[in-house]
Amino acid sequence: MKSLILQTATRSLVAVMLLFSIFLLLRGHDEPGGGFIGGLVGAAAFALYAIAFDVQSARRMLGIRPQMMIAIGLAMAGGAGIISLLASEPYFAHLWYHTEVPGFGEIHLGTFLLFDIGVFLVVIGVTLLVILTLSEE
Amino acid sequence: MSHDLLVALPIVIPLVTGVIALLFYEQRETQRIISAIGAAALLIAGIALLLEVRAEGILVSDMGGWPAPFGIPFVADLLSAVLVMMTGLIAFTVALYSLATMDPRRESFGFYPLFHILLMGIAGSFLTGDMFNLFVWFEVMLIASFVLIALGGERAQLEGAIKYVALNLISSAILLAAIGLLYGVAGTLNMADLGMKLQDVDEPWLVTAIGMLFLVSFGIKAAIFPMFFWLPASYHTPPIAVTALVAALLSKVGVYALIRAFTLIFTQETGYTHQILLVVAGLTMVTGVLGAVAQYEVRKLLSFHIISQIGYMLVGLAILSPLALAGSIFYIVHNMVTKTNLFLISGAAYRLQGTYELKQLGSLYRYHPYISALFFVSAMALAGMPPFSGFFAKLTLVRGSLEVEHYIIVAVALFTSVLTLFSMTKIWTEGYWTPSEAEENDELPPGVNSWPGWNSQMLAMFVPIIILAALSVGMGIFAQPVISLLIETAEQLLEPSLYIEAVIGDES
Repeated sequence: MKSLILQTATRSLVAVMLLFSIFLLLRGHDEPGGGFIGGLVGAAAFALYAIAFDVQSARRMLGIRPQMMIAIGLAMAGGAGIISLLASEPYFAHLWYHTEVPGFGEIHLGTFLLFDIGVFLVVIGVTLLVILTLSEE
Repeated sequence: MSHDLLVALPIVIPLVTGVIALLFYEQRETQRIISAIGAAALLIAGIALLLEVRAEGILVSDMGGWPAPFGIPFVADLLSAVLVMMTGLIAFTVALYSLATMDPRRESFGFYPLFHILLMGIAGSFLTGDMFNLFVWFEVMLIASFVLIALGGERAQLEGAIKYVALNLISSAILLAAIGLLYGVAGTLNMADLGMKLQDVDEPWLVTAIGMLFLVSFGIKAAIFPMFFWLPASYHTPPIAVTALVAALLSKVGVYALIRAFTLIFTQETGYTHQILLVVAGLTMVTGVLGAVAQYEVRKLLSFHIISQIGYMLVGLAILSPLALAGSIFYIVHNMVTKTNLFLISGAAYRLQGTYELKQLGSLYRYHPYISALFFVSAMALAGMPPFSGFFAKLTLVRGSLEVEHYIIVAVALFTSVLTLFSMTKIWTEGYWTPSEAEENDELPPGVNSWPGWNSQMLAMFVPIIILAALSVGMGIFAQPVISLLIETAEQLLEPSLYIEAVIGDES
C-alpha cells in the first residue's frame, strides 16, 4: 500500500520523532525520560518510514545494520561501567564531570549519559531488528 | 587488584567478549578467536576470585556505589567463588570444543555472542546478593539458552525448545510471584537483609509457605522430582557443545539458588522444609536413574543421569551438616566436570562414527582405544568408583549422612550408585564392545572407524576432553585439599551471620 498522504506526512514526522527521541534521551538525565523510552520513539520513526515507503529504504535511512547498533550500544552501556572499575570504584558507580561552557552555563556530564546513549542504541537496534526482519518475511 | 574489580570481572568479561563478538558479526574467524580468549579470561578471573575469597573472606561489591540493603550488592563467598571458577572451566573447555564442532551456519547466526551472554547470566546468578536481581540474571541466562537450544531451527530442536521455554516460563512466573510475596512480608529483597529479618518473624509458617514457592520455582530450573520432565525432552536436541554447556551449568544454577535460599533465608522451620528436600532428593535420584536405564540414545541417557545427580546435590542441603553439605558441593563440582566430559566424548564418538545410538556405535574400543579410555575414566567417575572424583564426592556425602543417622537416604544413594554403574556399563558394552549389526555384516559406510589424524580440529576436540578427564582423576587422587576447601565452604554457608555481616556491615 502506497499512500501519498502518509508518505508526505511521514517525511516531516520522521524528523520530528527523531528529534523528540533525542530530547527524551537527554531529558532522562534529570527528569522522566531516558534511553529506553527515547529509543522506542526513535525506533517508531524508522518503523513508520518502513510502513510508508518500504523496508529497504528504511534500512538505507538507518545506514547501519541493527545488529551493529545493538553491539555498539551494548559496548557503550557496558563500557560506562568499566570506566568506574578502572577508577577503582564499584561497577557502574557513576562518575561526574562538571564543566563551564561559555555562553551556555554549567553542564554536568556523567558516565551515566554514556550508559543511557548505549541503552538508546540497543533499544532502537533490537526493535528494528525485530520489525524489519518480520516485515521482510 | 581491588575487590570491586575482582567481583565484577566474572560478569564483565563475558559481557565484553559477547559484545566484541557481536561487533564482528560478519567475521566468523575473528569471533572464534575472541570467544576462546574470553572464555580463558573468565577461567583466570574465576581462579583469582576463589584465591582472594579464600584468603580474605567474603568479598562484597555494591553495584553503582549504592550501599546494601538499598542497592544491589554482588557477593562472592566461597560457594559462589567455587562455582564461578567451575563456570570458567566449563566455559573454556566447551568454547575450545565448539571451535571444532560448531557448524558454520550456527556460528554466523550469533552462536558465540549468545554463548558468552549465557555465561554472563550464569556468573551473575552465582554472584548476586539480591533476590530480584537473581530473577533478572535467570532471565538473561534463560533467554540466551532458549536461543542457543533453538539455534539452527531443526525440527527436533524446535520441539525441545518449546518444552524448555514453556516450563521455564512457568518457573519464572512462580519465582516472580514468590519474590513479590517475600517483599510484602519482609520489605526487602537483599538476601543478607532477608536472612536477618526473617530469622525471628511472628508467623514463620507464612515465610515457610513462600519458601515452598521458591522450592517449586528453583526446583523446576534444577530439574528435581517431580518437575524434571522438560530436561530429557529438550537437552538431546541441540548440537553437543550446547548440550554440554547447558547440562553442566543451567541446572546447577537452580541447585545453587536452592542452597543459597535454604541456608540463608528459609531456615525457620528446617524440620519441615528440609524434610521435604530430603524426600525430594531421594525420589530425584531414583527416578532419574530409572529413566536412564531405559534409554539407548547416549544423549538422552546422560540427560536422565543429570536428574539423578541433582538428587545427590540436594541431600547435603537437606541434612544441613557441614560434612554432608561439603559432599553435595563436591558433587556439584565433580558432576560439572564429568557430565560435561561424557557429553563431549559422546560428541567425539559421534564425529567418528556418525551416531548417538548405542546399538549402532559398534566396537569403538577396537578402533579408537584412546577415546574409550577417556570415556571409561569419566564413566567410572560418574558412577563413583575409586580413585576418581565421584567416589570421594559420594563418600563425603554418605559419611555426612551417616553421622546424623539418615540411613534411608544413604541406602537410596548407594542403590542409585549401583544403577548408575549399571547404566555406564551398558554404554560401555553396547557402544564400545559389541560390534554393531552393520559391522558384523560388513556394511559399514566408508569413513567410519577410521582415524582422521591429529589435525587442529581433532586437537580442539580432544584437548578439552583430556583436561576434564585429568581433573576427574586429579580430584580423586588429591581429594584432601578439595574436601578441606569444600568443608570450609559448607561451614561458611551454615554460618549465615558471616554473609550477613559482610554485606550489611559493609555500610557502617
